Amino acid sequence: MNHPLDCPVCDKGGECPLQDQTMAYGPGESRFVEEKRHYEKPIPISDLVDLDRERCILCDRCTRFADEIAGDPLIQFTERGSSTQVLTFPDEPFSSYFSGNTVQICPVGALTAAPYRFKARPWDLEQVESTCTTCSVGCRVAVESSRNQLVRYLGVDVESVNHGWLCDKGRFDYEAVNSDDRLVTPLVRDDHDQYQLLGTDWGSALARAAEAIKQAGPQRVGIIGGSRLTNEDAYAWAKLARAVIGTDNVDAQLGDGLPADVVLGLPTATIADACEADTVLIVGPDLKEELPILHLRLRVAATKGQTKVIEIGPIATGAEPYAQRSIRCRSGEAAKTLMALLESDDPLGDQLRDGSVVAVLGRASMAESATPALEVASVIRDRLPHATFLPALRRGNVRGALDMGLAPGILPGRTTIDDPSESLINRWQTLPEKAGLDTTAMLQAAATGELDTLILLGADPLRDFPDRNLAIDAFRQAKTVIAIDNFVTESVSHADVVMPSTAYGEQGGTTTNIEGRVSRLAQKITPPGSTREDWMIAAELAWRLGGDLGVGSREEIWCEIEQVAPSHAGVTIERICGPEGHEGILIQGSSIKPTLATPQEPPVVDGYGLRLVSGRKLWDAGTGVSHSPSLRHLAEEPTLKVHPGDLQRLGVSSGTAVRVISTRTTETLLAVADATILRGTAVLPFNQPGGGANRFIDATALVNDIRIETL
Amino acid sequence: MNFFSEENLEHAKVIIRRYPKPRSAMIPLLHLAQEQSGWISNDAMVEIAELLGTTSAEVLGTCSFYEMFKRRPVGKYVVNICTTMSCALLGAGELMEHAERRLGVKSGGTTADGMFTIEGAECQAACTEAPCLQVNYRHRYRVTPDQFDSIVDELSSTDHDVPDHGVLSQVRQHIPEDRFVGTAPPEDVTSAPVWMHEQGSDQ
Repeated sequence: MNHPLDCPVCDKGGECPLQDQTMAYGPGESRFVEEKRHYEKPIPISDLVDLDRERCILCDRCTRFADEIAGDPLIQFTERGSSTQVLTFPDEPFSSYFSGNTVQICPVGALTAAPYRFKARPWDLEQVESTCTTCSVGCRVAVESSRNQLVRYLGVDVESVNHGWLCDKGRFDYEAVNSDDRLVTPLVRDDHDQYQLLGTDWGSALARAAEAIKQAGPQRVGIIGGSRLTNEDAYAWAKLARAVIGTDNVDAQLGDGLPADVVLGLPTATIADACEADTVLIVGPDLKEELPILHLRLRVAATKGQTKVIEIGPIATGAEPYAQRSIRCRSGEAAKTLMALLESDDPLGDQLRDGSVVAVLGRASMAESATPALEVASVIRDRLPHATFLPALRRGNVRGALDMGLAPGILPGRTTIDDPSESLINRWQTLPEKAGLDTTAMLQAAATGELDTLILLGADPLRDFPDRNLAIDAFRQAKTVIAIDNFVTESVSHADVVMPSTAYGEQGGTTTNIEGRVSRLAQKITPPGSTREDWMIAAELAWRLGGDLGVGSREEIWCEIEQVAPSHAGVTIERICGPEGHEGILIQGSSIKPTLATPQEPPVVDGYGLRLVSGRKLWDAGTGVSHSPSLRHLAEEPTLKVHPGDLQRLGVSSGTAVRVISTRTTETLLAVADATILRGTAVLPFNQPGGGANRFIDATALVNDIRIETL
Repeated sequence: MNFFSEENLEHAKVIIRRYPKPRSAMIPLLHLAQEQSGWISNDAMVEIAELLGTTSAEVLGTCSFYEMFKRRPVGKYVVNICTTMSCALLGAGELMEHAERRLGVKSGGTTADGMFTIEGAECQAACTEAPCLQVNYRHRYRVTPDQFDSIVDELSSTDHDVPDHGVLSQVRQHIPEDRFVGTAPPEDVTSAPVWMHEQGSDQ
């Protein structure tokens, strides 16, 4: 009744259910002659969402979503009665990681997304279904573009993955793809001025890269990264490394995940399995920050009583409000804690032993090695043999990259280098004899001069690898660093040869999520400048190195994958592109036997030390956020959070700058008291603007301790 | 956040324990807040949200529904003039206009000396006595403009004992501890709450 007749200037016009109803059943002219409600319009209710209360029809969708699904009841009906309106509390914005979903479910134009507002009309947009690769959950999205610019993502209602929801990072980071900062031409280091990168043509860049690889020889080349790549790109690079260059030094993970044999070899669970299991045991990163939609699915399942969530970890996470039990333990002691729980007479022990269990397993902190997580896996395997696993891995297509063999000792199709499939040998001809190095080992080898050429596949070790000092040493010692990326990251700016690659929405192919679900990516826009797809760069390099990848398109690569990768046999392009592909095709099973670690006692923190815990935040200094104008300012400067008791003991008052000392460096940071932090622990976000925690971390240590001193 | 006085904070915690879920204590706590300061400030809502483990937006959503929760300071006397049908037919409009002129404030406003707040109200269930008004929720019947003047004069001159605007909370409930439901989460409650047993045995 009060809805204004402003359809011509409303973002929802053209896709508005209210407009449709009026067109279908309403009279041509309104009978309402009274004065309509007037409100200030629009008012920002968060950094990303604007609210126009005049248009609101009070359907309760956004407020119910915020409360029941997202668990952030920060918007409410207020002034209920004749002037009911949706509002936030004064000065408490709707700062939910899932706020963009309210825009999608708003049936009218009351809630609009600030980044999309007045950017396009719905009938001018072309839409194609794709998969989000911002994190490794793999939500299905509809990608929309106008005039060769991505303008909007909408969540697609897929039962097995995202239920139509997206996190705000996944929903709005398309701005980075459109960004003017994109790398659009190859660059090479100036021979006369080592601080200068010069634009060049593809021929010269490729020739220089091929020359560096040839001169180094197979054992002295390392390839780091590849989680940004599609499955086809990852396969092409895995094949280039093994069959053409002849090295097994490849690793898609940046020393912050789990070993590939563990990811691929443990019995896997799906997200749906987790939501229906009697118990979900989370031992890993804060899912709300790193895998937001997995968090959302578990939250909804737990609040509905479908499953019970137990988390064991060093910090308060987003799972705490809905967990049956949140068990705090010091970083590195999760296995010990779980063992103690199972040996106690706590009823949780019986619940775990008698019911179905899905373990969400990952690295709880970037400041601990993979060993604590492997210890947990071994406790679960021994004590709870019926449990299945869902790996909590970082970065978009990390699972796909591991499936395609971008990990030392691993070949496409979840096989090891000791046990290659026959069809693979027929196609690849040669294979390296023994397993190569992982990222940490490669950087160590480069730092000691044992590797000459480092190839970065969308990887930024200087910002993204847990140990910045090791990465710096590696960059300093390596003769040539070849970077393939979308943006000039800090690592790219130190490379010798830089090749621009296509980004999300500019290439087709497939991606694989943490469950092992293969789903389609769609090309929607034409890539800028002279960027090339990653597989093409691999094919060109192969040719210049005197080899041949034997592929000429993504489709050809997938056909080859389908033939040589045992786990992917039968997953044809027709199936992926058919109706089955809407949900993605789940590939389970593997012949790899994982190597786990038996629990050991982590080093004791001395009286002055604090155990460092470092996790990622959703809004960080990564390329997706920092190149999206609407998101950039959401990333906060890092502060060191410590228990007020510890600060008091050290004579530091909250909010003051302190000297932070680790084995790697001494720097000044702001220390803030936080009573939710465990005593003896210090929490520092991993990658925020203004400096990452990786300056303090020694990647070879089991756990990292720091000390703080007053200035 | 230190809105509640020490004594009221203790009382608030007692109130919360009466209910199976802390959130159920929201309205009693809003009454308590209004009893303490005569109105409900944003600080009060923030503190109530913290005590109940919910968001301040939810407290605002509940608080703003009820006319009798005041979200800005009101005068010593709140005068509600009924504006619904019977009263409207018998001169509530004129009464309101007169009240506004006499007190020099618009409906919803408070006089500068902090003595009177006038508000238009919906039906006060005294239709046979129209037009009616309430002074601090106590009825005055068949009020003519002249009578309104004398009511104002009377209230201004003498020193009335005025209940705070959290009128209902003036009458504090005394609930013995053994009747508290407590805030144990539902899954931990193995049997029905105490009060349900008692109800059952009475029948």
